[in-house]
Amino acid sequence: MAAPGPLRRLLVKPELGALVGAVVVFAFFAVQSATFRSARGVANWLDPASTLGIMAVAVALLMIGGHFDLSAGVMTGTTALTVGVVATQFRQNLWVAIGVALLVALAIGFLNGWLVTRTGLPSFIITLGTFLMLQGLNLGLTKLFTDTVTVSGIDDAPGYAVAEWIFASRVEILGAELRVAVLWWLLFTALATWVLLRTRFGNWVFATGGDEVAARNVGVPARRTTIALFMTTAAAAWFVGTTLAVRLTSVQANTGIGQELIYIVAAVIGGCLLTGGFGSAVGASLGALIFGMTQLGIPYLRWDADWFYFFLGAMLLLAVVANRLVRRYAEAARR
Amino acid sequence: MAAPKRLLALAVAAPLLLAACTTDGGSSSEGGGSGGAAADAGDLTFSVVTHGSAGDAFWDVVQNGAENAGEDLGIEVDYQSDGDPQRQAQLIDAAVNQDVDGIVVSLANPDALEESVRAAVEAGIPVITINSGGDRSAEFGAIGHVGQDEAIAGRGAGEQLAESGATNVLCVIHEAGNIGLEQRCSGASEGLGAEVATLQVDINDLPGAQSAIASQLQGNASVDAVLTLNSAVAAVAVEAVADAGSEAQVAAFDLNEDVISGIQAGDIAFAVDQQQYEQGYLPVVMLKLYAENLNTVGGGQPVLTGPGIVDADNVDEIADLASAGTR
Repeated sequence: MAAPGPLRRLLVKPELGALVGAVVVFAFFAVQSATFRSARGVANWLDPASTLGIMAVAVALLMIGGHFDLSAGVMTGTTALTVGVVATQFRQNLWVAIGVALLVALAIGFLNGWLVTRTGLPSFIITLGTFLMLQGLNLGLTKLFTDTVTVSGIDDAPGYAVAEWIFASRVEILGAELRVAVLWWLLFTALATWVLLRTRFGNWVFATGGDEVAARNVGVPARRTTIALFMTTAAAAWFVGTTLAVRLTSVQANTGIGQELIYIVAAVIGGCLLTGGFGSAVGASLGALIFGMTQLGIPYLRWDADWFYFFLGAMLLLAVVANRLVRRYAEAARR
Repeated sequence: MAAPKRLLALAVAAPLLLAACTTDGGSSSEGGGSGGAAADAGDLTFSVVTHGSAGDAFWDVVQNGAENAGEDLGIEVDYQSDGDPQRQAQLIDAAVNQDVDGIVVSLANPDALEESVRAAVEAGIPVITINSGGDRSAEFGAIGHVGQDEAIAGRGAGEQLAESGATNVLCVIHEAGNIGLEQRCSGASEGLGAEVATLQVDINDLPGAQSAIASQLQGNASVDAVLTLNSAVAAVAVEAVADAGSEAQVAAFDLNEDVISGIQAGDIAFAVDQQQYEQGYLPVVMLKLYAENLNTVGGGQPVLTGPGIVDADNVDEIADLASAGTR
């Protein structure tokens, strides 16, 4: 039996479909708009790609581990509002507020993971419940503390300058002024890829997602892995929420609602299977990149923004069909 | 095994072919005008970036106003909108990157948009704010504001409600974080001379809004007026009042066909019209005047487009205009 050639090995990689998709989408917009491919344009569309990408990577890790987190979107709102309320209503140093928000996020992540592993119920349902509760809490607690539905004045809190430097500053690279979130996104993608492919924990994630019973039988701590994965998405939501709070200095109570499906779509475009056990963090990042390019490519082409969702849906279908075709071809040709 | 390969190749090639075919249209033509040069109207491009949600009837009229002004004056007007403040900021940045000759922005969440608006002003692009955030407009460097003073409009609504005998009013807020809407409710409270209860709903979930209003009415039978701040919400409020079997009168902000037929049928007592068509049309005119002649309008004060009260007396004339999408 001949060893699979380099092309076959390339084709089986989960991120290939997303890479091809990203190149095609980039070419599509870049050919038609000079601004889109200019340094400023690139910096512009990398921005939504980065905040989406950080969440997509964490959600992809969780999906590889076999679970969904529908509360991921609203949790970015919860953490952003926590930062805002603690800093402005309780008048704490911004870093205290950020620390409290992290604890809140990790607690919710732990709750999600614990409920899923304890009850054995589908994570879809458990996190749907958490999502609805957080949606209500975001609105109710914000109104309780501020009498309005927005928390503002975050830039008045002590410690804002350093927080701004870390979460919301701009970096000049190759003539483009990138937001620092892009660099964090690349760092988290690299970190997640290293964890998935080079550490024992990564093996546990693939095993738990592939077949949890078999994994446990060979000694993989499936329960702890699952809880850790939920806490990871929560921590990612904390990072994105803090970035929003520091950047916008004002947070609306309905932030993040609806985004959870987009994270899942980005992860699926990147090659993650809904059934778990297969996928990649780089792929999810490429999926987020496709989203970012589309979101701002449409205004650059002066199209009606209503077409955005149609385009996204078409991209998703194209990507998953292409992924499937390529994998089937690559795996069949191995025999 | 050749079939999947061919399919894949087609899937990749199709969008690229599409891109190649549409290059002629190519919107790489940037306006490139600075505020100082007297630009020819044929070269001007303005960007309108609002916080309207997709398919919101109110913002469709603003869009019609802006695009009609563009047609009438021979100017290219590009309308984009997103309800999320971060994405709205990114759209403003995109407009700045394209070197447009003027930007029209609605400041529903001024803090979140501050950085992007200031960047536009610093890039030499004149900015006009519309609809919300009029009190922060000059601070950000905008050359004018076109809108309705929400407090004044709210007071007008409150006075009208008081005249019709209402005492316990429920004010329905449909956009979280929009200070203008909260100002309307507190203005209404002033005009009415009594406290006004508020109810938060989501414009993107009208059936949910309907049940929320109905349950409020069922839970509190002393509510005798429901004040909605959006025409779509007014329509569901009328249904909610019927669902709850309540006697409350419904008053609305902003017109659409349903509100107009509601007034004609007697289901809605009156509507406060902020004439949002002008909020789309006038800024285009103002930016053209600035680009060609460095004129500003308003003398540092907002250009007010409302409140106009539409009730049973004048609704029939307005009805024809609304069905054309201009009122």
